[in-house]
Amino acid sequence: MSEGVVPNASVADMHDRRLLMDRSVSGRRAIEMPAADVPLAEMPNDDLLRDADDLQLPEMSQLDVIRYFTLLSRLNFSIDTNFYPLGSCTMKYNPKLNDQVASLGGFANIHPLQTDDSVQGALEVMFELQEWLGEATALPGVGLAPLAGAQGEYAGLLIARAALEMRGESHRKVALIPDSAHGTNPASAAMAGMDVVTIKTDEFGNVDVEDLRAKADENACVFMLTIPSTLGLFEPNIIEINNIIHDAGGLVYADGANLNALLGLVKLGDLGVDICHSNLHKTFSTPHGGGGPGAGPVMVTEELASFLPEPVVVKSDGDVPSPARRERARVRAQQYHLTRPDNSIGKINGFHGSFSILVRAYTYMQSLGGDGLRAVSENALINANYIQARLRDRFDLAVDRLCMHETVLSGKRQADRGVPALSIAKRLLDYGIHAPTMYFPLIVPEALMVEPTETESKETLDRFVAVMQAIDDEIDSDPDSVNHAPHTLPNTRLDEATAARRPVLRWQAETD
Amino acid sequence: MYPDDLKYSSEHEWARVGNGDVVEVGITNFAQDTLGDVVFVELPEIGSKVDQFDKFGEIESVKAVSDLFSPVSGTVTAVNEELEQSPELVNSDPYGDGWIMEVQLDDPSELDELMDSETYQGTLE
Amino acid sequence: MTSNADSPHPFIPNTPSERAQMLATIGVDDFDALITDIPEQHRNSSLQLPNAASELEVATRMQALAALNQDAGTRPSFLGAGAYRHFIPSTVGAILQRGEFVTSYTPYQPEAAQGVLQSGFEFQSAVAQIFGMEVANAGMYDGPTAFAEAGLMAARVSRRNRILILDTADKRLFEVAEAYARYQQVEIEAISRESVLNGDVPDDAACIAFQSPNFLGRIEDVQALTDAAHAAGALSVMHTYPTALGMFKSPGEFDVDIATGEGQPLGVPLTFGGAYVGLFTAKQRFIRQLPGRIIGRTSDTLGRTGYTLTLQTREQHIRRERATSNICTSTQLIGLMVAVYCATMGPSGLRKVAELSYHKAHYLANAIDALPGWNVIRESDPPSPSQGQIQRGGPSPDTFFNEFAVECPIAPSDVNRLLAGRGIIGGLDVSDVVPYGILLCVTEMNSRQDIDRLVDALSGIGNGGVA
Repeated sequence: MSEGVVPNASVADMHDRRLLMDRSVSGRRAIEMPAADVPLAEMPNDDLLRDADDLQLPEMSQLDVIRYFTLLSRLNFSIDTNFYPLGSCTMKYNPKLNDQVASLGGFANIHPLQTDDSVQGALEVMFELQEWLGEATALPGVGLAPLAGAQGEYAGLLIARAALEMRGESHRKVALIPDSAHGTNPASAAMAGMDVVTIKTDEFGNVDVEDLRAKADENACVFMLTIPSTLGLFEPNIIEINNIIHDAGGLVYADGANLNALLGLVKLGDLGVDICHSNLHKTFSTPHGGGGPGAGPVMVTEELASFLPEPVVVKSDGDVPSPARRERARVRAQQYHLTRPDNSIGKINGFHGSFSILVRAYTYMQSLGGDGLRAVSENALINANYIQARLRDRFDLAVDRLCMHETVLSGKRQADRGVPALSIAKRLLDYGIHAPTMYFPLIVPEALMVEPTETESKETLDRFVAVMQAIDDEIDSDPDSVNHAPHTLPNTRLDEATAARRPVLRWQAETD
Repeated sequence: MYPDDLKYSSEHEWARVGNGDVVEVGITNFAQDTLGDVVFVELPEIGSKVDQFDKFGEIESVKAVSDLFSPVSGTVTAVNEELEQSPELVNSDPYGDGWIMEVQLDDPSELDELMDSETYQGTLE
Repeated sequence: MTSNADSPHPFIPNTPSERAQMLATIGVDDFDALITDIPEQHRNSSLQLPNAASELEVATRMQALAALNQDAGTRPSFLGAGAYRHFIPSTVGAILQRGEFVTSYTPYQPEAAQGVLQSGFEFQSAVAQIFGMEVANAGMYDGPTAFAEAGLMAARVSRRNRILILDTADKRLFEVAEAYARYQQVEIEAISRESVLNGDVPDDAACIAFQSPNFLGRIEDVQALTDAAHAAGALSVMHTYPTALGMFKSPGEFDVDIATGEGQPLGVPLTFGGAYVGLFTAKQRFIRQLPGRIIGRTSDTLGRTGYTLTLQTREQHIRRERATSNICTSTQLIGLMVAVYCATMGPSGLRKVAELSYHKAHYLANAIDALPGWNVIRESDPPSPSQGQIQRGGPSPDTFFNEFAVECPIAPSDVNRLLAGRGIIGGLDVSDVVPYGILLCVTEMNSRQDIDRLVDALSGIGNGGVA
């Protein structure tokens, strides 16, 4: 029985990757449910009922459940354990207070269909968050329903189409999108029935204004601009660009993925933007959760507010008849209500949005306040520029100018020496640093997009710089080792080709 | 790398003239090398019509997807069903076991619009 | 209290001296030099918001706001209709405390994300198992968006463009499907059960999509609906309540093609409607048309088992405007809660939850039926078990799981108000669907005492009584 027993406490169980069903022992259980305290009802027809042995779920002791998932947690990088210089994704500290507040019974245990008067605290959170996001963007119409950034984009595009249809311009179906854009932009535009027309980026990393002018015609519905761009640059011609679009009769949509660079520095609405969304799990520090849940509120001008997705929270003064009044002695001066805006694009999900995420974001915004939010953006910019300044002698820059909250490096020099950006990224993992965003934006060869965020200290940034320099040295001394990285993680590189050719997507019993 | 008995299109497909007016179609060595590990080939239906230089399917690698363009017009008479289980044949043997479909030609003169091996290789430089 | 030498905030470590040092390294004199690209007239527009608040102050304010809500965890509640109050074992909360999961990123670097990937694979395995379906994806935003995307997927698979939704489904499902399909060149139409079962299905239908248990809690004849869809060359798309599958036959057993559900009942708190997770399952042959992320098993260069995102060419970051969906950030962490829930409950726990909900709901229905002035609403009125669908072996039209509609003697909104006065969260007012209707839901969380309290309260309403 000594086979597979390894005398190393920290890694012994790390290589035991059996699935729950492989660990399952018939007859074990992790929970006891109480017996029925009511008389048993007649059961429905047998042919509607599931056979008892049809449900193959794990049978585990409670300790084994906890130990298994705790083991899995240790096979993972996270913000709590690692630095993630992951461009455009804004992996910053997720304050613990936010999670604690979201788990309060008064937030976690309220049903979405309770009457408005029984959830005034929740509605106040949503109303205040609407106000704060409206102020941060100078776009006062705020809809919290979208469940992630991509859904916020889709909602924003539905709003644009609905508004233009109301103007009698339903023929406007073109989405103008820069070639540096994130993939969700064209995917959302396609969902909204639009034809995507790509706009070039010029040699300085800016929108090619002449290309835009030529393509912004009577069919233009929206221009989708990421600000700052995915190159980490603020578009200096933004006012001119927005004027071009407005003169052509279209609307300007700002992808707010990078809003964390702008807080207190500039407001999108002041620049002429009509619609934007914000990924609360980026700018407003709610946890990424290994890929969601997120939240993607959509912000619009006052003119477009009547098109927002359902629901929007409104506040009325105390003279509105309150059903609660007759029953409750204490009457609140203000009442909050869920409403459907007059020209709403409708419901884009089941209830009211990612409430547990909205609570976290509002908690965060209160912790920072107006002055703190500006400090967020200032320090995000300083940290990114610091890394750029310290690495520029070793790595090419996608565009040689000061950046905003992220810097896009190009691993061209390293690729010429036989090590692609992919391998640099994988080698960083061996140093306990998550890979930067790679090969994006698509227009930069060997792109490595680095976003440190404001929550990382100078020591962490200095270590990252030192590690990048060390890897650059390794490319000369031992390129092969870099090209086979990582070496120290639970798995070496995975065979993604076989995974896609012959997909195995669930546990299945071994068949002899 | 680019057999002399094949005809080539600028979209990196090849056509092999066989018996009568049935041609075999696949992608070139350059195409499979650029794509990397092929993981899926979307095959056309037998009996369907394809047009010269128009899309007839898709080919996927782990992180890219490309359209397949037919080098000839005609009716699909056979598809390589081996690719459903083993799409990697396109990488390992692009001109043999990695063939994609057979097409009954509508108009054999269309073949004149394709390149010979030398001309095609010239376009890759 | 802070001095000039302090960092600006507990979440922002750069001290003023470090900041000066870093600006010097960058080669600029001051911060303003970093933002010269921002048009000057709009630069530095200050935020009209309160200043930073301490953790103590924020916590106090948020606790006060939470206290203004009537917490369904501390009083009897009979609300369901798409979000359900079920028992959540302590293991779920314990694992959810792990920052290694909570604060990790989407697993694009599989070597650094095996925990997220393997637990996501467990989620897919459990969901596919519960649904009796061949494959499940890694999760959608919520149940209604999963259902909407199932309709769109059916249109892609069948290359047809009419999505027919049975009119017994929750209107939220219609509304979200309509919002998703608005510009997709597909039509969303309602169809009656009668039309489907009579074979009156248009021959360009992409799918028959239905909800079972339906909006009013009744079990649909899944076999007959699926057979009718297939006879018309359409797909069968079913939206379900996963807890019900602890006792009722799974969609897979009826040859359903795509099955979706709301994952919230499997270990996720109500949280005012989100964040939830949509469950999405299908037959294996449709995998390349699935929306959302999918995790697959593979091996590493040393031959060891590992997991990775797979079939990524379907997704927006590769296929862009031709992607099967625009989903990027999804609901991985909620999927983890479902995975821990399923591992903890096991087969017997899930069955027990379903059976307890069933028996308790029937106990309440029987008690209400006995109240003068109150009636459980039935389709076959009076009930005639020997007639109708029973002969085909399907469910009686009145078979329900744990939700049912009741005809009230007074307006349902007034009923709910009177119940609120007695500390009870009532049912959903469905008088727009059935006159004087209220939809009541019972789960294992409702004790007999709670149910008796409700019945007692109802007995005082209407019938000349006073609450």
